[in-house]
Amino acid sequence: MSKIMAIFQRELSGYFTTPIAYVFLVIFVMLGGLFTFYIGNLYERGVADLLPYFTYLPWLFLILVPAISMRLWSEERRSGTIELLMTMPISVWQAVVGKWLAGVAFVAVALMCTVPLWLTVNYLGSPDNGVIAVSYLGALALACVFLAIGSCMSALTSNQVIAFVLAVTAGFVFVTSGTPIVLDAVRAVAPEAVVSGIGSLSVLTHYEGLTRGLIDVPAVVWVASMTVFWLFATTVAVELKKAG
Amino acid sequence: MIRFLKDRMSALLELNSLVKRFQSFTAVNDISLEVPAGEVLGFLGPNGAGKSTTMKMAAGFLTPDSGSALICGVDVAVHPELARTNLGYLPEGAPAYGEMSVAGFLKFCARLRDLSGAEAREAIARAVDRTELGGVLDQPIETMSKGFKRRVGLAQAILHEPKVLILDEPTDGLDPNQKHHVRQLIRDMSADRAIVISTHILEEVDAVCSRAVIIDRGTIVADGTADELRKLGARKGKTSSLEEAFRQVTAPVTEQEPAHV
Repeated sequence: MSKIMAIFQRELSGYFTTPIAYVFLVIFVMLGGLFTFYIGNLYERGVADLLPYFTYLPWLFLILVPAISMRLWSEERRSGTIELLMTMPISVWQAVVGKWLAGVAFVAVALMCTVPLWLTVNYLGSPDNGVIAVSYLGALALACVFLAIGSCMSALTSNQVIAFVLAVTAGFVFVTSGTPIVLDAVRAVAPEAVVSGIGSLSVLTHYEGLTRGLIDVPAVVWVASMTVFWLFATTVAVELKKAG
Repeated sequence: MIRFLKDRMSALLELNSLVKRFQSFTAVNDISLEVPAGEVLGFLGPNGAGKSTTMKMAAGFLTPDSGSALICGVDVAVHPELARTNLGYLPEGAPAYGEMSVAGFLKFCARLRDLSGAEAREAIARAVDRTELGGVLDQPIETMSKGFKRRVGLAQAILHEPKVLILDEPTDGLDPNQKHHVRQLIRDMSADRAIVISTHILEEVDAVCSRAVIIDRGTIVADGTADELRKLGARKGKTSSLEEAFRQVTAPVTEQEPAHV
C-alpha cells in the first residue's frame, strides 16, 4: 500500500510541477461554465439545478480526461524511466493502480473547482442538493472509467498524442455505444444479443440515472467492472510493451 | 573442482543459458555467467553485441525467451519483487524523472524500496555522500548535466546497499575526475557484493574489474582476468594490449569458436 501511495504522490505532484495542471483546471472550469450557461441554458430553464452541467460533462470528459491519462505510461516509456520503475521491487498492478489513482485525484480537484456553480444555483433557488451530490459522485465514477481506459491506451504507445487519440476514440465508442452510431454498425454483423450487450456498456445509460440522483446496482457494477477490466488490461499492456 | 563448487555456492548473480530474440534477430544467444561476492565483472563487447539486452534480462526487465537469471538464488522471472530487493540497477542512459529534484527522486526510490523514516534518511545521506550530490539536492534532474544525471542514477542504484549491482555504462558521459571517482566507488562497494558493469572503455577493465567477459553477437567469446585476456591477443610470446585482444576475439569477418581461458 505504501508503494502505491509513493507512485500516487509522485504522479500527482508531477501534474502540478508542469503547467499542464493549471491549463487543464482553467479550461475545465471555463468549458463547464460555458456548457451550463450557454448551451445548457441554465437561466432560461428557470430551474435551480445543475442538470445542464452534468448532461454535458461526459462530452467534456471525453476530450479532457484523455489529456490527463495520456502521459501516465507513454511518458515512462518515452523517457526510459519505465526500466527504472519496473526493476524496483514493486508489482505492475501497484504501479498501474497508483498512477490511475493520481489521475482520479486530479479529476476530483478539477470537479471541486466547479463548486462555485453549485453555490450559484443555491443562491438562485433551492435545488435538490442530494441529487447534485450524487451527480458529482457519478461524474467522478465516470472519470474513473475514462481514466482506466486512458491509462491502458497510454500503456500501448510511447507517444502521448497517439495515446490521447486512442483514448478519445475508445471513450467515444463507450459514450455512444447505446446510440445508433455504434449499434447499427454492430447489428449489421452480430446477433441481437450482442447488440444489446454492447448497448448495456454505454456510458450514458448508466450516467443518466446518477444525474437524477439515482444510484442503482447496474450503474455501480458497470463502473466497477469497467474500471477493473481496463486497469487489468493496462497491466497486461505494460507487461507486453514495456521494453518495446 | 573445489574452487568451482565454492564459487557456485557463493554466486550472487547467476545467468543460465539466457536467450533473447527480437523477431528473427537473436540478440543474446545462450549466455551463462556466475558472479560471486567480491567480484567486479566487466561486460565488454562491440555496440549491438547484446550487452544491454543481457543486463536487462538479468535485472528482470526483459523476459528471456529461454534460460533464467538468479539474484541471490531467487529467479527474477518467478519472484520478481523478492529478487529485486537485492538488486541495484542503473539502466542504460541513467533514466530519471526529469521534473523531480534529486532529493525528491531519491526519497521516491527509498519508498519503493520500503525504506522509511530515519532508515531512509540515512540511506539517502549515504548515497548522496558517495556520489557527491550534496550540492544539487534541490535541483530538478532535467536541468543537470549528463555527468550529474549519471550520478543520480548511481545513487538510486546503491541506495539500499544491494547485494547485486548491475550498472549499464556507469561512467559514460563523465569527465576524467568523475570517472576516477565512480571507479573508486565501485571498488569500495565490491567487497561483499557482486557487481557487473558494462563498458566499451577498455581501460576500465584494468581500473576496476577483477574479471572481464567479452561478448560478440550475443555469445561469450572470452572470459578471464585482464591479464588472461591480454594473452589472447598475444602472438608468439609478445605481449598485447587489451584492445588487440578485443579486436581479435570480436573480429567482424571470421567466424570463430569461443575462446576459453
